[in-house]
Amino acid sequence: MVLSTIYAVLFYFAAAVFAFGLAYRIWLYARTPAPLKIPTTPAPTTRRGVVVRMAKEVVFFESLFKANKWTWLFGWVFHAALLLVVLRHLRYFTEPVWIWVTWAQPFGLYAGFAMVAGLSGLWLRRFVVERVRYISSPSDHLMLLLLVGIGTSGLMMKYVAHTDIVGLKTFILGLMYFHWQPLPADPVLLIHLGLVLLLAIVFPFSKLLHAPGVFFSPGRNQVDNPREKRYIASWPTPVNAGRPDGGEHSGDG
Amino acid sequence: MADFEIPSISVPIEIPTLNRDAMKHSSPFIAAPKHQEALGFPGELVDDWQSKAIDKFGELLSKSRALQVYMDSCVKCGACTDKCHYFLGTGDPKNMPVARQDLMRKVYRRNFTLAGKLVPWLVGAEDLTEEVLDDWYTYFHQCSQCRRCSVYCPYGIDTAEISMAAREIMDHIGKGQKYCNEILGKVHVIGNNLGLPEKALAHTLEDLEEDIEDETGVTVKLPLNQKGVDILLVTPSADFFAEPHVDGLIGYAKVFHQAGVSWTISSYASEAANFAMFIGSVEQMTLVAERIRKAAQDLGVKRIVFGECGHAWRVAYSFMNTLVGPFDFLDPDYPVPQHICEFTYDLIEAGALTLDKSANDHMTLTFHDSCNVARGSRMGNKPGGQFEIPRAIIKACCNNFVDMAADTIKEGTFCCGGGGGLLTDDLIEIRTKGASPRMRALKEVVEEQGVTHMAAICAICKSQFSKVMPSYGFSMDQIVSVHQLVSNAIVLDGQVVDDAENDVVTTAKNTDSNGDIATA
Repeated sequence: MVLSTIYAVLFYFAAAVFAFGLAYRIWLYARTPAPLKIPTTPAPTTRRGVVVRMAKEVVFFESLFKANKWTWLFGWVFHAALLLVVLRHLRYFTEPVWIWVTWAQPFGLYAGFAMVAGLSGLWLRRFVVERVRYISSPSDHLMLLLLVGIGTSGLMMKYVAHTDIVGLKTFILGLMYFHWQPLPADPVLLIHLGLVLLLAIVFPFSKLLHAPGVFFSPGRNQVDNPREKRYIASWPTPVNAGRPDGGEHSGDG
Repeated sequence: MADFEIPSISVPIEIPTLNRDAMKHSSPFIAAPKHQEALGFPGELVDDWQSKAIDKFGELLSKSRALQVYMDSCVKCGACTDKCHYFLGTGDPKNMPVARQDLMRKVYRRNFTLAGKLVPWLVGAEDLTEEVLDDWYTYFHQCSQCRRCSVYCPYGIDTAEISMAAREIMDHIGKGQKYCNEILGKVHVIGNNLGLPEKALAHTLEDLEEDIEDETGVTVKLPLNQKGVDILLVTPSADFFAEPHVDGLIGYAKVFHQAGVSWTISSYASEAANFAMFIGSVEQMTLVAERIRKAAQDLGVKRIVFGECGHAWRVAYSFMNTLVGPFDFLDPDYPVPQHICEFTYDLIEAGALTLDKSANDHMTLTFHDSCNVARGSRMGNKPGGQFEIPRAIIKACCNNFVDMAADTIKEGTFCCGGGGGLLTDDLIEIRTKGASPRMRALKEVVEEQGVTHMAAICAICKSQFSKVMPSYGFSMDQIVSVHQLVSNAIVLDGQVVDDAENDVVTTAKNTDSNGDIATA
């Protein structure tokens, strides 16, 4: 019961750090002014165009594709697989399980292997490619270790040593509805959950901030229309003081 | 002649192996106290520079979403590592965009992030030591702010924004760069980067009028400070005397003449370039841009047209309206500002110019997309107009045109090596080496397609190439202005054509144009 309590507390703690940490960061990005129009051109000239550009960036990693096919392949496979795996895991948080989550199950299974394969490719590059080796910090390796650890421990519970999945689901639903239940004391499960909680905790303090960051990147999310529509962002120094509309604040274009 | 090794361009562009500290010795001259103080910066390195720098860093983070997001978002994927022309030319790993950014990001982590404060060794966080500051000064002056890396970054992280912020911080602790800051002083006092006073400018323009009359038999005016005209031309001061820039200026004059519009140059705003962008100072950038607004108002013009100048066009196109707008006193039927290429292109489209392509038959042209035009601005109504319009002009003026390799042009274009405040003799080594990717791409079309000349629309590109091309076995006159090609090809009304073969084109086909050609 001690173990269950520790994990229960950790779950709440990690969820709070993740949610509030990320919310703070998003609030910070949204609050910080973008004083000038700096889209990387050629850029869309309409809002709708920007939505398309951003979608291509987020869904297909368009810029990365232009840059390096191997990094794109490993990175895209990892992220797409991670998405499927997360969708598959929804069944541990829902009762009854949503029908489309049921459909996603087999895909989520294969995706587990694809995820680890993609991560391995990315990690390999950090050793093999001299330029990437040069720019890698210990934390870059540890982040990959963490994700690979999550992936392999998860796969082990499916293919090597089955865990008490019913007991786990009871524990998680208990957490969600504040009616605590015991957690099955399976070492692989404990490692898997521990690593996931660690990931949630470091998320708002690490390079994983690229996830919200990409949406706030002025190089990608600005409309290229500075001549057609005068762009004025809030700017806390008196740059425009003395001008007819100095200090005027309006939304970002 | 050079005391450093010129990269070989006999092979295609390739990724070099790392050569640590290969360019560590290359720093530009430090700004003298008088140049610093003229811009409101401390004259020399202040005593508590470390804490002042961190304070300024914090201030910039709170004022620039780009800086804040770019500091946080890099995952070190390595996509940018082989994209910088200075890295390709030197192999110095600190010239890889991510590593250049990390010079600043490691200080960010140490001072502004939890992980960097708790476990600096784990996340690669470092204090701003004297050694780190020296690296900043060295390597943030080996970035031409060309934005090529930002094209390939999955988050659009733009090293230009980061090097601008680093230079802004260094200026505020008294470690500014001589070249940029001295020039900004000249702009404020004299009106242009070269320090060319009004009298000399007037004299130069008169000489050019004589040259044109001698060449064509037609009187083409280059007016200075003329009030009440339609157009204020703002052009880089190099256009007034440097080669091949001046041939471009002659081209603009001929186009204006043939369009039948009235125009003028202003001695007060006799400079298009805005070097304040290079040092990341929005305050300075506003002051420099303000001159152009004031000149337009004082002269009572209806339109503003910019000459061939890359960074100038980025500031003019992207920032000027924000900084010193609105320009509601100008004619709303035209974009503010307008690029000379847009102006000429509209006339060509309207059939208002007679162009004799054979006048450029002695050349086979290729086009160097200037970095800040390509990735920081636009021409015309559609994205990518900045690539199509100059090419359309060249093709309308020349029979022989070929593009260089696809990954070295348009949005993937290489900087000339001299942009972003690096066009100074004390940086000739990095400039020369940084030009090597472009030189390789050029060599390929020279050898395979018989290209003889490369055209550009940026004063820095033109100056840089005329300086470094001889190091690569080219001659300095192989770089030409786009409007030089227009100047060669355009047939003015009443022009004396001495070549009998060209008689057929001497009848101007369209003389009813009054120049009021709207932007398509």
